[in-house]
Amino acid sequence: MSRAPVPVAVNTFREAIRDRVLYNLIFFALLMIGAAILVGQISIGIDRLVIVNLGLSAISLIGLVMAIFIGVGLVSKEMERRTLYSLLARPIRRWEFLLGKYGGLLLTLVVNTGFMTLGLAAALFYVSGPFVRTDALILVAVYFILLALAVVTALALFFSCFSSPMLSTLFTLGIYLTGCFAGDIREFGDLTQSQGMKLMSRVVYYLVPNFHNFNVIAAAAHGESIPLSLVGENTLYAALYVALLLVAASAVFSSRNLK
Amino acid sequence: MSTPAIEILGLTKDYPVGFWRKRMRRSLDDLSLTVEDGEIFGFLGPNGAGKTTTLKLLTGLIFPTCGTARIRGRSIDDIDMHRQIGYLPEQPYFYDYLTARELLDYYARFSPSSAIERRGRIAHLLERVGLASAADVQLRKYSKGMLQRVGIAQAILDDPQVLLLDEPMSGLDPVGRREVRDIIVELRKQGRTIFFSTHILSDAEMLCDRVAILAGGKLQGVGAPGEIMSLEVHAMDILFELPAGQDVPPALSENVTKIGARCRVEVPESELYAALDQLRRSQARLLSISPIRPTLEDYFLRLVQDEKPRPNQAEVTVR
Ligand SMILES: Nc1ncnc2c1ncn2[C@@H]1O[C@H](COP(=O)(O)OP(=O)(O)O)[C@@H](O)[C@H]1O
Ligand SMILES: [Mg+2]
Repeated sequence: MSRAPVPVAVNTFREAIRDRVLYNLIFFALLMIGAAILVGQISIGIDRLVIVNLGLSAISLIGLVMAIFIGVGLVSKEMERRTLYSLLARPIRRWEFLLGKYGGLLLTLVVNTGFMTLGLAAALFYVSGPFVRTDALILVAVYFILLALAVVTALALFFSCFSSPMLSTLFTLGIYLTGCFAGDIREFGDLTQSQGMKLMSRVVYYLVPNFHNFNVIAAAAHGESIPLSLVGENTLYAALYVALLLVAASAVFSSRNLK
Repeated sequence: MSTPAIEILGLTKDYPVGFWRKRMRRSLDDLSLTVEDGEIFGFLGPNGAGKTTTLKLLTGLIFPTCGTARIRGRSIDDIDMHRQIGYLPEQPYFYDYLTARELLDYYARFSPSSAIERRGRIAHLLERVGLASAADVQLRKYSKGMLQRVGIAQAILDDPQVLLLDEPMSGLDPVGRREVRDIIVELRKQGRTIFFSTHILSDAEMLCDRVAILAGGKLQGVGAPGEIMSLEVHAMDILFELPAGQDVPPALSENVTKIGARCRVEVPESELYAALDQLRRSQARLLSISPIRPTLEDYFLRLVQDEKPRPNQAEVTVR
């Protein structure tokens, strides 16, 4: 494998950094945390719970918005604007380009999530003093958020290879939401009488990524323990899903005629 | 005999047209062409002829329906082929959040080089294409002509052996065009091969060792620019004045156009002296006689006008 994906990733990161949209999102995050502090001051006693809950939800939501909005344009925007022409004429394979794009957005998400986590930590410190051992759970929750974002980004990149940003947004968001309720859908299928519905719900359950397992925000807020096995399972699950999606994206993109 | 710079072997490209029922339309039809090492080769044709399609096939941006091509002996689906070429896309567009210097630095990272080496090379290149003073301005502020210059800079960035330039002179003012011509000539002196498309004929006439003419996706002819032009039967243009009261000689009157006191007539070269005899008898004062050299422009016009195979096509074709 050549080093070609590296400059692509760096450039993708640079594009995101120079894009003002990002700063708006970070501003939004700070606002959320500010609001959390305010709420914390009103309802004395449960401030920690509220701040962790709100903060992690904001981090997750903002990450999701970024992953989808930047992700769906990763390939299609470069195709649309024809910036790809002078790049792909160089010694870089199509899958290397995709890998670079993916890595660049992931890097962007990690850095931004890192900053937001620091903001959350600061807010937490401000209202409830020195950190306690269970605060480490917040880091696990953030790690799971990043794993989910890695899958969402791969989904967005995959769709970006063959459909417009609008459609890709719909598909990605649709799969994300379905994935959040995958468990419910399966249960619903098990309850119905119709064999067709049962089968359908099973198919959906196994096909879409199960995002429910990545959500431990409530547990982290309440200081409940998170089993170590879940960390391993989620990591493996996300890695497999991402790998699968990247391979599929490469297969689609490698034979594509640039418009 | 060295390996040819470019060998195009029956390249064909069909594009789907129509939204629902996909039909295929042939944009490039069985193109075969060889460009020798060290040539400046002009790829001529009116808009929609298939020039851009050919260049995109050669650079691997699109894939042929059938046929293939080799660049310096390497197949177009070999990643190594990309180390041999520099490509200027048609109406190039680049990441507008980068400066010209940053863009070139980004592209330079796809071939092995050290940071110091890159910096020096890029500064030199920016100078060469006349962008040194705008090197640190974001590309979103660039004009079309400036983007064209960035495009040329990135094409020659890695000093490739074969340059594939799609309409390199378009979007440039006369000074810019001359500068690009100078760059092309200089590259040839350094032993590079330049394959460029254009629909502007004077550029090709001035520069090219050989040209190929493409229309409607089909190769119409290959040869030296002069060869193709000399095919036409030259006509002569005579400008004259008649003394007051004299009428235009009847043998010419049909073709004469009057411009005030002056008359202009176009006669086939073979009838020049007959026409002159007539004019002498009418005591006409000759103002000028000039050969009408048909340009490639006329040639194109004819190609577009009659899609039917023309009788003298065989003479042009050196296939
Ligand atoms: N992506 C595409 N989809 C459908 N038709 C195309 C596409 N690209 C080019 N064509 C058609 O192919 C023909 C040749 O186009 P092109 O190679 O751009 O010509 P040129 O560069 O000589 O002006 C045109 O008729 C054009 O409409
Ligand atoms: Mg063109």
